[in-house]
Amino acid sequence: MAGVNLSGIRKVYGDFKAVSDLDLQIKEGELLALLGPSGCGKTTTLRMIAGFVMPSAGSVRFGDHDVTRLPVHKRNVGMVFQGYALFPHLSVARNVEFGLRVRKWDAQRRADKVSQMLRWVQLESLADRHPKALSGGQQQRVALARAMAIEPDVLLLDEPFSALDAKLRTQMRTEIRELQQDAHITSVFVTHDQEEAMAIADRIGVMNQGRLEQLGSAEDLYRRPASRFVATFIGKCNLLEGRVTAPGSFETALGRTMQFAGTRALGPAALCFRPEQARLLVEEPEGVNAIPVTLRSATYLGPLTEYDVETGAGRRLLVTAPSAQPGVPHEPGTALHLSWHAEDCVLVD
Amino acid sequence: MHNFNFGRLAFRSLVIAVFAFVVMPLVVIVWAAFFSDKILTFPPKGYTLSWFTRAWELRDFSQGFAMSLKVGAVATFCSLVLGVPAALAIERFPFPGRETVRQLLLAPMYVPAIVAGAAVYVYFVQVEILTEVQFAATFGGLVIAHTLVALPWTMRLVCASLATANTTSEDAARSLGANALQTFFLVTLPIIRPGIIAAAMFSFIASFSDLEKSLFLVGPGKTTLPIAIVNYLEWNLDSTIAAVATVQIFIIGAALLLSDRYVKLGKAF
Repeated sequence: MAGVNLSGIRKVYGDFKAVSDLDLQIKEGELLALLGPSGCGKTTTLRMIAGFVMPSAGSVRFGDHDVTRLPVHKRNVGMVFQGYALFPHLSVARNVEFGLRVRKWDAQRRADKVSQMLRWVQLESLADRHPKALSGGQQQRVALARAMAIEPDVLLLDEPFSALDAKLRTQMRTEIRELQQDAHITSVFVTHDQEEAMAIADRIGVMNQGRLEQLGSAEDLYRRPASRFVATFIGKCNLLEGRVTAPGSFETALGRTMQFAGTRALGPAALCFRPEQARLLVEEPEGVNAIPVTLRSATYLGPLTEYDVETGAGRRLLVTAPSAQPGVPHEPGTALHLSWHAEDCVLVD
Repeated sequence: MHNFNFGRLAFRSLVIAVFAFVVMPLVVIVWAAFFSDKILTFPPKGYTLSWFTRAWELRDFSQGFAMSLKVGAVATFCSLVLGVPAALAIERFPFPGRETVRQLLLAPMYVPAIVAGAAVYVYFVQVEILTEVQFAATFGGLVIAHTLVALPWTMRLVCASLATANTTSEDAARSLGANALQTFFLVTLPIIRPGIIAAAMFSFIASFSDLEKSLFLVGPGKTTLPIAIVNYLEWNLDSTIAAVATVQIFIIGAALLLSDRYVKLGKAF
């Protein structure tokens, strides 16, 4: 078992930089999610770790072992593919056995390992079935058992839940997380679904346009986004454009001064706060950030109500509040004050 | 409520008419194979099986039949040996000029067979003049020409099954430690096996029923069945031909049915 170390990884296709100068350390036993919109380079990165794609520059190491120039079949990576890629002509047991056969394990050892793996994913009773006779969740477990049978150094999962329906998806991700913890295997999974990444990953690397925008826990990314992209990609976010005029002081486009915690160089920036961190008030509050807004609509969502408001500059902002909370008028057109605390906002580019 | 739909009725009638148009000649030929009249007449005076035995007794037909089987089998084998690796290269490895190569290998399908047959003949003669190795009117020459007939079919069907086969299975095999050769034999080949079987069937049918390309290339005693039929038709008009054709129809029909079991033929084109 080992960690994975990517340093200065780059992949260029003609003029297109799929991945540029990526440094990433995946700790031993960690489950790291690469999250980003399609075309952000996350899959290319995964395929470079797997060895399907040779990096144009940089190195890939598993522990102390430099595998940059090693072809896929010599890398010892377990991979679960989008759509699973089970061998349709082989039974479940034969699928799981595949890697062991090409590794020339003897028959007894193969049989032991296959039954151990099928027990692990609870599919012993389906050993003789063919993949097309399995449900999506079962197929995924076979794919996982097959990938793990070879005792890989790293487990790679490419959009592993995308082929499942919504209900099964949440169930399978918990299951995969448990199996991953149980095996204590260094794992990387690629997804475009932030909820999925937040639910099961130890750390999330957010990628955009071939670059790693931010690496951190789900909470880091949500509470302290390092860039405008991360702020808007992870969760919902209100942005106010303006500039930093003094330490801790931000001036909006309409000339209102807001306070923020932390340090930030002077110059243009955007102030970002989450819908649930803001409050709507009838009276203008004292000592906190506040701007006058007009209520456009209120949407009742059960436990929460979502308010769509508009600033004087015409910018639309979103506020959510527990529905049980009384006191906020619901009539569109009402003039209100939107307020938030200095420590609840961050500044991004 | 009685649901009478004129449009649907018209459509069905049209479909039935088209099918009848396609199938009727075949039915008539099979029927005529059993007429007892010496000269084909309609309606028949009686029925007999003797045309089948007569056809078999005619050396031209029995030899032609054996020749067609032999040439078909060898040409099918050659087209698979050439076509499967070619299809694999074209579908799996992006090399420059790959579309050109694909079209080149499919080209024999587009060129009128009689033209191609003449061209092959001229080519063989030229080669013979240069090297003194005879190809025209030899078994080898015939096999080469029939391989050309069969190759586009092999290419089409194998390419189609490679294109529809999910390449991630191959990626999966490689991630599990299989090298290129193991991946091909343990994963790709089993997955496209139905396509290869269908390709073999179609190649065989194409070769077995080819007339035009062989016309210039057969020699005395080395005639294929379709050419034997044409030769016979020049001087005779009796039910022997119908009997021979019936056998041919059933062989081809069986091959088609067999390939359809492996590959839904609709998907390949």
